[in-house]
Amino acid sequence: MNQSPVIALIGNPNAGKSSLFNQLTGLRQKTGNFPGVTVDKKSGTWPIDTQTVATIIDFPGIYSIYPKSLDEQIVTDILANPAHPDYPDVSVVVVDAANLHRNLLLFTQVADLGVPVILALNMLDVARQQAKDVNSVRLAMRLGVPVVRINARTGEGLDLLKKAVIGQLSEPTLPGKLFFDPAEELPDLITDTKIRYELDNNYLALQYLIQHDGFSFLDRPQQRGLDELIDKYQFNEQTFQAGETITRYKRIATIAAEVVTNQRPANQPTWSQKLDRYLLHPIWGYAIFSFILLLIFQAIFAWAQPFMDAIDTGVAWINGQLKESLPAGPLTDLLTDGVLAGIGGILVFIPQIAFLFLLVALLEESGYMSRVMVIMDRIMRKFGLNGRSVVPLISGVACAVPAIMATRSIGTRRDRLITILVTPLMSCSARLPIYTILIALVVPSRRILGLFNLQGLALMALYLLGLVSALVAAYILKLFLRTKERSYFIMELPTFKLPRWNHVGLTVWESVRSFVWEAGRVILAISIVLWVLASYGPDDSMDQAEARAKQQHSTLTLNQLQNIIASDRLEASYAGQFGHFIEPVIRPLGYDWKIGIALLSSFAAREVFVGTMSTIYSIGSGADDDGITIRERLRQERNPITGGPMYTPALAWSLLIFYVFAMMCMSTLAATQRETKSWKWPAVQLVYMMVLAYGAAFFTYQIMQ
Amino acid sequence: MSKRSVADLKVGERATIQSFNNQLMSLKLLEMGCLPGAEVCLSGKAPLGDPICLNVSGYCLAMRRSEAATILIDN
Repeated sequence: MNQSPVIALIGNPNAGKSSLFNQLTGLRQKTGNFPGVTVDKKSGTWPIDTQTVATIIDFPGIYSIYPKSLDEQIVTDILANPAHPDYPDVSVVVVDAANLHRNLLLFTQVADLGVPVILALNMLDVARQQAKDVNSVRLAMRLGVPVVRINARTGEGLDLLKKAVIGQLSEPTLPGKLFFDPAEELPDLITDTKIRYELDNNYLALQYLIQHDGFSFLDRPQQRGLDELIDKYQFNEQTFQAGETITRYKRIATIAAEVVTNQRPANQPTWSQKLDRYLLHPIWGYAIFSFILLLIFQAIFAWAQPFMDAIDTGVAWINGQLKESLPAGPLTDLLTDGVLAGIGGILVFIPQIAFLFLLVALLEESGYMSRVMVIMDRIMRKFGLNGRSVVPLISGVACAVPAIMATRSIGTRRDRLITILVTPLMSCSARLPIYTILIALVVPSRRILGLFNLQGLALMALYLLGLVSALVAAYILKLFLRTKERSYFIMELPTFKLPRWNHVGLTVWESVRSFVWEAGRVILAISIVLWVLASYGPDDSMDQAEARAKQQHSTLTLNQLQNIIASDRLEASYAGQFGHFIEPVIRPLGYDWKIGIALLSSFAAREVFVGTMSTIYSIGSGADDDGITIRERLRQERNPITGGPMYTPALAWSLLIFYVFAMMCMSTLAATQRETKSWKWPAVQLVYMMVLAYGAAFFTYQIMQ
Repeated sequence: MSKRSVADLKVGERATIQSFNNQLMSLKLLEMGCLPGAEVCLSGKAPLGDPICLNVSGYCLAMRRSEAATILIDN
């Protein structure tokens, strides 16, 4: 027996695959990507006996091995390719006993591919509630494979599953004959294909013929060869596939009639159906959804605030402690002003991200998210989107990167592409600190109608602006991206379930961890580079600037002089010269070279903007003022030409509007590149959003000035 | 003679699937259990009348009216 076998979990969406995965792997699991593709891969280890530790892979949920979306593609791509590193030694097909009929379709297809299979009969409790039962012994005899009764939520039956897996590993039993044998109808074509591609399974040969365009392991000549075979035999893939599905279901129906006892009175609505009457109601449906959205925003902005403040204070405290205890010098500065300030800027978002993913995970777990997709589909369609685009757009409020990855469930290529392109317009949490600081600077904290806070309203207006612009951009993209492919929306509405808390917890933990890790690395690198660029200049230009300042301002007090020296040194540094270099471009928006540095550095990630501003203004403003917040520093900043405050409402709003639209996030561009597998779309995204940002900021500044 | 499709059903009405008039769509629908001969029931409509919710062999499928229109039914 193989010492480290690979076991695949396969099944319909909502059949209980992920519950089983969590039960089997406990905390010994990790997420990554399948080799060569970016589709999420959840894998974990499962010790099945003293010598053998199996690797369990949780595949995306599918209804059949003919994929409908990118996410689903991966399953067939691996099951049809025994050379793939993730090719399973045993496939455990998880089947919903309450819905045996449809679930068996996938099972028979996987079995026919020639992988040793085990049928894990799950959700028998749900079936029992519906007065149904399945005779698993008879089912095993009819199918010719081991059938195990399990309860993935409670963990019942897992020892039996383990025995079955060990059995299949040491002595694989395959069903005697194919459930559906394509050679019965196409003997010559199948034989020809098998010989030419050295296959020994009839059904696999059929998959080569029907799906070869999607198989990543076939090269161009191999794919062309299959096209030739199809032409030679005048093989109509679609008709054949339809016939296959009908034949399978017919055979399944005879089996189901033998093994399922159904005493359920006909036409009695389940409680999920009763709930749906409200959730899909013309008025209540939208009212409930609006209320839930409001709750999400409330969680992100109000409930997360105390945690964010705590993190902020904590980082500031550590920073202060370090400054006191470490010897003063460039290394300490780098550690505190550079590294720690940058990392603090990331950690502070954790509560918001955690809350958002917690709520989104709860909505998905309970089954409500699919209702949202249904009630939003009609509206989204008008904008070239899809009901399924709702999830990416909502997740985009936290971070565009996981949101873009969430578009994989959208089956139509065009709908998916448009969703990817507009999702970064949703105001992600990285924009929040920029919004907060600038709004606090120019919008008075006043109550309106005794209820709303003016600053809060301004913040909401910016979020709405992001949403509206995403919809408008989608509408315009729809006009450009013409396609023959038909947009569709077919989805099973799962029954409502109580969330599995450990599953929710894991989702939140995974998203927070990847956010901190991914964004943290970028920010750390930029913080260090920026600190160096702002602290050093070409040749001795910085010392010259210092000498000049001392000469010109010899009458000032020491403290004032230090401020001017620091500011002049910054101006002479590499960063300062860089800022001056781009100043002509950003002057029409009202920005000066200091903002220019921040703009440039935040090109990689918006989060860096506030960090850069603090670095720039703290380097530029001498010593002894570490207690002053960044907001105070901005307020004190004078415009060298007018002598008035630098941050006028016109400038602040121009910056705010700029950041609503600007595509300033390398990770998002990288995600777009990965998901579209081309450099064209991230380029399109970058250009259209930057043009939008520049134009809108320009008009804002010119009109308000 | 124009045939009735699932899109013409009223809420609560039942019918039996007869055939499909779009091959590509039928592949998706067949796999989801919309088989010729299967009984369907229009269980509800989303707020603007579209998509619709269909009960097929014990579970609920949501689909757009344009997709439902490809499923032809018996009268």
